[in-house]
Amino acid sequence: MSAYDKLVFELSSPGRIGFSLPESDVPGRPLADVLPKKFLRGAAPALPEVSEFDVVRHYSRLSRMNYGVDTHFYPLGSCTMKYNPKINEDMARVPGFARLHPLTRPEDAQGALQLMHELAQMLAEIAGMDAVSLQPAAGAQGEFAGVLMIRAYHASRSEKRTKVLIPDSAHGTNPASTAIAGYEVVEVKSLPNGEVDLEALAREVGPDVAAFMITVPNTLGMFEPRIMEITEICHAKGVQVYMDGANLNAILGITRPGDLGFDVCHFNLHKTFTTPHGGGGPGAGPVGIKAHLEPFLPTPVVVKNGDAYALDDKRPKSIGKLQAFWGNFGMLVRAYTYIRTMGADGLRSVSDNAVLNANYIMKRLEADYDVSVPGPCMHECVLSARRQKKQGVTATDIAKRLLDLGFYAPSTYFPLIVEEALMIEPTETESKETLDAFCDAMIQIAREAQENPAIATAAPVTTPVRRLDQTRAAREPNLTWSPKR
Amino acid sequence: MANVPGDLKYTREHEWAKREGDRVRVGITHFAQEQLGDVVFVELPKVGAKVTAHQAFGVVESVKAVSDLFAPISGEVLEINAELPQKPETVNKDPYGKGWMIVVKPSNAGELDQLLTSQQYEEFVAQGAH
Repeated sequence: MSAYDKLVFELSSPGRIGFSLPESDVPGRPLADVLPKKFLRGAAPALPEVSEFDVVRHYSRLSRMNYGVDTHFYPLGSCTMKYNPKINEDMARVPGFARLHPLTRPEDAQGALQLMHELAQMLAEIAGMDAVSLQPAAGAQGEFAGVLMIRAYHASRSEKRTKVLIPDSAHGTNPASTAIAGYEVVEVKSLPNGEVDLEALAREVGPDVAAFMITVPNTLGMFEPRIMEITEICHAKGVQVYMDGANLNAILGITRPGDLGFDVCHFNLHKTFTTPHGGGGPGAGPVGIKAHLEPFLPTPVVVKNGDAYALDDKRPKSIGKLQAFWGNFGMLVRAYTYIRTMGADGLRSVSDNAVLNANYIMKRLEADYDVSVPGPCMHECVLSARRQKKQGVTATDIAKRLLDLGFYAPSTYFPLIVEEALMIEPTETESKETLDAFCDAMIQIAREAQENPAIATAAPVTTPVRRLDQTRAAREPNLTWSPKR
Repeated sequence: MANVPGDLKYTREHEWAKREGDRVRVGITHFAQEQLGDVVFVELPKVGAKVTAHQAFGVVESVKAVSDLFAPISGEVLEINAELPQKPETVNKDPYGKGWMIVVKPSNAGELDQLLTSQQYEEFVAQGAH
């Protein structure tokens, strides 16, 4: 595939237009008469002047360079890049949903509110929580909302708690959301197998700690065997326990965060619940809570009064609004569709198969790569390329070589506690044939590393662009396009 | 395991500390920069700031990860390496020399004795510490 690297601006030809509007049949008025001067531009914006055909061809060519779960196996660990069923798209395009104006009066949007109310109830049941807010626009905003509710809860009890504990294996969003919510982040070291160090935790929990935030299963793909003790240790000291739900795909119908003692957990609808991920659409990060945190839910809350649904804004203890309008509603339709089409048994089999697939990959690759923790794993496995690094081939090189062999790369260098980490999450939607082809490629790369490391260090050679200079991109970022004057 | 100068003291978070009279110079180790990969951003405290042993005093970001910088010793920041924010690659090129980060006036010089010796640090790294 040859690289197509034009910007639509570069296709511009002065005076070219894509559509002819009829003459206006109402008299025009100069903009300056209508808008205050300070809001007017000095010159017209340099928008591209292109025909409809130019636009279609430009974006069609760009789309062919797209690399996504609809084109390739995408084992990006911790991201749950599973197939997004097309029935979700069908439902999101039902005109009553797709064309609903966000300011439609609630009495005229009963169907949409019913869907939101039922989705929140279904998510609460899946996670063993008492209530769910659908507002957060992504996982990190779900974390932020959860931590704000914890803060409001402590404040309502006149408790001054200033710290949040987070293991060193955590996703980077955990300390970030927590710091933005005004807390000091204290890192808790994990045991070598990635489990929470209970002694270290017991030392750190105290009257100044607001919350302990962990991912279950953890980022090494392991379930915390002593999770009940962990939540008990925290609760004994008045510490709230937050579960990062990024890895929920491993435990659907098997166990529930609420039953494990968690007070808060968020859901990544774009991971576990098959809404598009990455460039395919906005995220959605609903957050679930136990009853004691309910007064603090973000507003508005969709409530049901008799047979009617309404948006409740009158909640004096609420942490407030998280974004304009009511959440990424199109994503809520897709997740609702997914849950209703799968059913309870279907969701349980999702996790069974996600775990089976990850273990299959780990087993097939354990002879050629170091395994970070002896298995079995949950829904993802973390390998280390430390053996290959000694041969001159790093985790990055392996990731690039995989692109040449027709696969997206696993997450690399995460979790941070594993040297040369390769974090592989196949998800439940891949066939054995695809898993085998991927494992064959990984084994081929391991052999190449022994025989001719240059193959991997020169990769990729088949992609539209070769290896990008990520260091220079970070040191000298050039993020804006300016018109040539 | 090469490149652990014998005249420095070390933390388990991979910072080094060098006594220079009544001042202590601080940076990150060769092992640390190697693990981080290409450093793209360094955030240092202001001159005059107070740092506390074992607590974060700054941030180093590489193409792979963002990490806190931990102070080997408590005290006041006398100097910072003002070149680093513009030339973060210096940390990779010369971690023990031009890639230094801050100079601290210790509030308790005794803390220096609690740090790892070069031999202890080498053993620590060899055990597969991260």
